[in-house]
Amino acid sequence: MTLISSSQVSVGQELPSQEFVFTRADLIKYAGASGDFNVIHWNERVAQEVGLPSVIAHGMLTMGTVVRVVTDWLGDPGNVIEYSARFTRPIPVPDTIEGVTITVTATVTELIENHRATISISAIHNEATVLAKSVVTVQLAP
Amino acid sequence: MAINLEFIGRTYPPTQPYSVGREKIREFALALGNTSRCFFDVTTARALGYPDLIAPPTFASIFTMKAGEQVLFDPALGLDYTRVVHGDQRFIQHRPIFAGDELACVVSVDSIRSVAGNDMVTVKADVSAENGDPVSTVYSLVVSRVVEG
Repeated sequence: MTLISSSQVSVGQELPSQEFVFTRADLIKYAGASGDFNVIHWNERVAQEVGLPSVIAHGMLTMGTVVRVVTDWLGDPGNVIEYSARFTRPIPVPDTIEGVTITVTATVTELIENHRATISISAIHNEATVLAKSVVTVQLAP
Repeated sequence: MAINLEFIGRTYPPTQPYSVGREKIREFALALGNTSRCFFDVTTARALGYPDLIAPPTFASIFTMKAGEQVLFDPALGLDYTRVVHGDQRFIQHRPIFAGDELACVVSVDSIRSVAGNDMVTVKADVSAENGDPVSTVYSLVVSRVVEG
């Protein structure tokens, strides 16, 4: 495993972008794996009763998925020191085969002491941002 | 029912430890579509210097959300859980989580705000290992959306 050295990283650097797809099956799988059985993530009737357009993806499914843009680049997910995000817009997941697509990019925003860096993640669905202030602090190699 | 601001600062006793299992790590990584070998293969994780499989960065949400229900489901808090959505989330990793960890959470109510009728509660969970070492600090903000009309 080649770890990325802080000398190879600069502010403004863009990480390789990725696209992720969520289908209803992904929501069910995440509900089971995470233990989050909130009905708005699997029951269309209840989701609409509480004013949502449809069943929506778990915020934590989105957050847990998009961070791969950083961890795939980093090589070692244990070097994620801090990770935060704000869920600005729910992601409705219709009952279709193709599901919904999230386009994720990430940019190095700051180099800090002890060979650490902060990286800002942008996650776009339907031309709208679904996560705001999504920031990962990572440990780099010397 | 109005949200009960007296909950601000309240701290709960440590939870029963959550046992981190290899299969749960694998199941969670698969549910995120993440097939990085360090979540599945012990030899790969050890080659990175870890004692066992490492958990994905958001793994702590499994047991910290559960622990937070002590607060959020308490009728005395006055939160309408049927209208709750997740507002934001922050993980501070003091060290990664590994298979074999026994992790206890101390939950506290970090803040409660009411903005334009939306009730916003931030729950903090301090996660520690059996030997007392801090593992993660996790903040979760939930929002109970205002009833329209």
